Amino acid sequence: MTVRVLYFASLKDRAGASLETLEIEDGADVASLWETVQARHPGLREMTTRPLAACDLAYASWDQPLRGVSEVAFLPPVSGG
Amino acid sequence: MIRLQAGPIDVPALVDATRGDGDGALSLFLGTARNVNAGRRVLFLEYEAYGRMAEREMERIAGEAVDKFAVTRVSIVHRTGRVTIGEASIAIAVASPHRAAAMAACTYVIDTVKTTVPIWKREHFEDGAVWVE
Repeated sequence: MTVRVLYFASLKDRAGASLETLEIEDGADVASLWETVQARHPGLREMTTRPLAACDLAYASWDQPLRGVSEVAFLPPVSGG
Repeated sequence: MIRLQAGPIDVPALVDATRGDGDGALSLFLGTARNVNAGRRVLFLEYEAYGRMAEREMERIAGEAVDKFAVTRVSIVHRTGRVTIGEASIAIAVASPHRAAAMAACTYVIDTVKTTVPIWKREHFEDGAVWVE
């Protein structure tokens, strides 16, 4: 199955992209997708802490399964206001 | 009124859209771009949003505030893109029959927006720019 992956702010700079579509295995969860994108982007590999994640516009835990999810976003700590 | 927008916020229009004739109080919060942070001169700010999720999250917070504080209406407008020093990057208006609930709800909304809405600020200095996170 495929999933749309979005990066914002400093993570977009690190990934060198704001959006990519990836093929993932059945049984993948947020944590395994993060490992996949870290392997693809050296800038993300340098990170020592995990970012926040959202699945289909809602904050998600790291063990959330991606079955049925079409969009995952990786988010730095927010700083709006 | 809940929205993200690229241009300056029309505060009187926001107040009108929020207040009704049964409201004796309108609490307004403006977060404004300041020209200094930690001793460095800031030239301007830039905001990036995960737009669809940010609007959804702002809707959720506004609804939560209406329920929690029994106020009439909550409006939240947040800027995206470049914000000039002195301009409001966010405006929150809360209308309520009485002032205590309006003021408490307004504080709750800005505190919650700052911790959960997926929006990021970039400060532009004379010698570069950094994402605040």
